[in-house]
Amino acid sequence: MTFHFEILGTWGPFILEGLWVVLGLSLVSAFIGVAIGLVCAFLKKKKIIGTFLSFYIDFFRGTPVFVQLYFVYFGLPALMGLAVDKWWVSIIVFGLNSGAYLAEIMRAGIEGIDKGQIEAAKALGVMQKDIIKDIILPQAIRSILPAIINEFIALTKETSVVSVLGINDLMKRYSFVVAKTYSPFEPLLMIMVTYYILNKILSFIGSMIERKLKYD
Amino acid sequence: MIKVEHLYKDYSESIKVLKDVSFTFEDGKTYAIIGSSGGGKSTFIRCLNMLEVPTGGVIEVDGEIINQGKVNLSKVREKMGMVFQNFNLFDHMDAKKNVAYALMKVKKMSEKEAYEKAIRGLENVGLGHRVDSYPHQLSGGEKQRVAIARALAMEPEVLLCDEPTSALDPEMTTEVLKVLKNLSHTGLTMIVVTHEMNFAKEVADYILYMDKGEIAECSTPEEFFSHAKTERARQFVANML
Ligand SMILES: Nc1ncnc2c1ncn2[C@@H]1O[C@H](COP(=O)(O)OP(=O)(O)OP(=O)(O)O)[C@@H](O)[C@H]1O
Ligand SMILES: [Mg+2]
Repeated sequence: MTFHFEILGTWGPFILEGLWVVLGLSLVSAFIGVAIGLVCAFLKKKKIIGTFLSFYIDFFRGTPVFVQLYFVYFGLPALMGLAVDKWWVSIIVFGLNSGAYLAEIMRAGIEGIDKGQIEAAKALGVMQKDIIKDIILPQAIRSILPAIINEFIALTKETSVVSVLGINDLMKRYSFVVAKTYSPFEPLLMIMVTYYILNKILSFIGSMIERKLKYD
Repeated sequence: MIKVEHLYKDYSESIKVLKDVSFTFEDGKTYAIIGSSGGGKSTFIRCLNMLEVPTGGVIEVDGEIINQGKVNLSKVREKMGMVFQNFNLFDHMDAKKNVAYALMKVKKMSEKEAYEKAIRGLENVGLGHRVDSYPHQLSGGEKQRVAIARALAMEPEVLLCDEPTSALDPEMTTEVLKVLKNLSHTGLTMIVVTHEMNFAKEVADYILYMDKGEIAECSTPEEFFSHAKTERARQFVANML
């Protein structure tokens, strides 16, 4: 058993550059996910659009994201004879996927707001849009923030499958390196540790934000 | 002036709560609404500012019908403050912001003006030293006084109170009732649902006795507690003592 950690000296920085891909993709997807989740949370009770949204949520939660990605990247374009961009596909699939997961959590967070406060605001003559903006959302965000941070952490891990589309993330860079060096162990160990540290950092930032938002 | 005519409220086919309620509240008077549990007191007072939408009948505030057609409810509600049993303070705002918020959003006051007014309002209910506290740092009685200051800051013509002291210990009840009693001399119209018979007796100009979804009787406190007109009101008074 011999280790070849010296290859990380040569290839380590190249692999680590894939972190920007992971972070960028996760951040944009999380952003889209939060927006979609929020819209769903408010519209889900509406009759027609609500049924449609329920189906979307169910569907995206009920199928593997890996298959969703393949379906949108290979399946749909083959059927319609289009060329699609791997970045757009990744962002859309992960955004829709996160949105489906966040919708339920956000709905619970919003419904968890004390109805009495909403009535008090109405009784003062506050408009519906201000009630949402100033009373419901600030309190709902506080209760759903942990879930959003968890979703972001999950995304940084799940997005590792985009390497199959040829996106230059950590795993794609790994395949490139291993083809040159024939040493899978060291780069894989480095990638695992990198993900682990990344998520430790994100959890830490998350708990700092949570503490900052707390008033009690 | 609030004029209610033939008001009905059904929550469902089987839950019919208000049955043909008609009444006129005169400006500047204090009304205590009393009656046994489930009689529709909360439902009635909540219809007055449209937190509950009546099933039938008419509610007129200062000559304007507020439960039919296109009405700017926000404008109507500006004139009618409300105090709730459970305070319903905004948990994420401190006391002064609880009071200042609607001044800025609804009355469009500048932040500076709104906060100055909020602090004065809190001083008036004896909470000058608590303006920076968040609701969870306040006692029940203090929370309710913040809620009263919040409603009053809007300078309403009417103050609706639904059991403002029912969630409070006896000591805190006293401090809140004192504030309400002082208000009753200011020309404000007050409509207070309450179980505090002494308060009703001392402070109210009129007592409305509600039973089974009707206003069974409206009398002055002297009349009501010594010789109520209706048998059921006499029964109620007998049970209270
Ligand atoms: N949102 C609602 N949906 C269905 N039924 C309701 C609703 N609110 C009140 N009710 C019913 O209407 C009736 C009158 O209730 P209301 O709260 O107006 O009585 P109340 O006189 O205020 O009683 P209490 O003294 O206990 O507060 C009750 O039987 C109650 O169960
Ligand atoms: Mg009640």
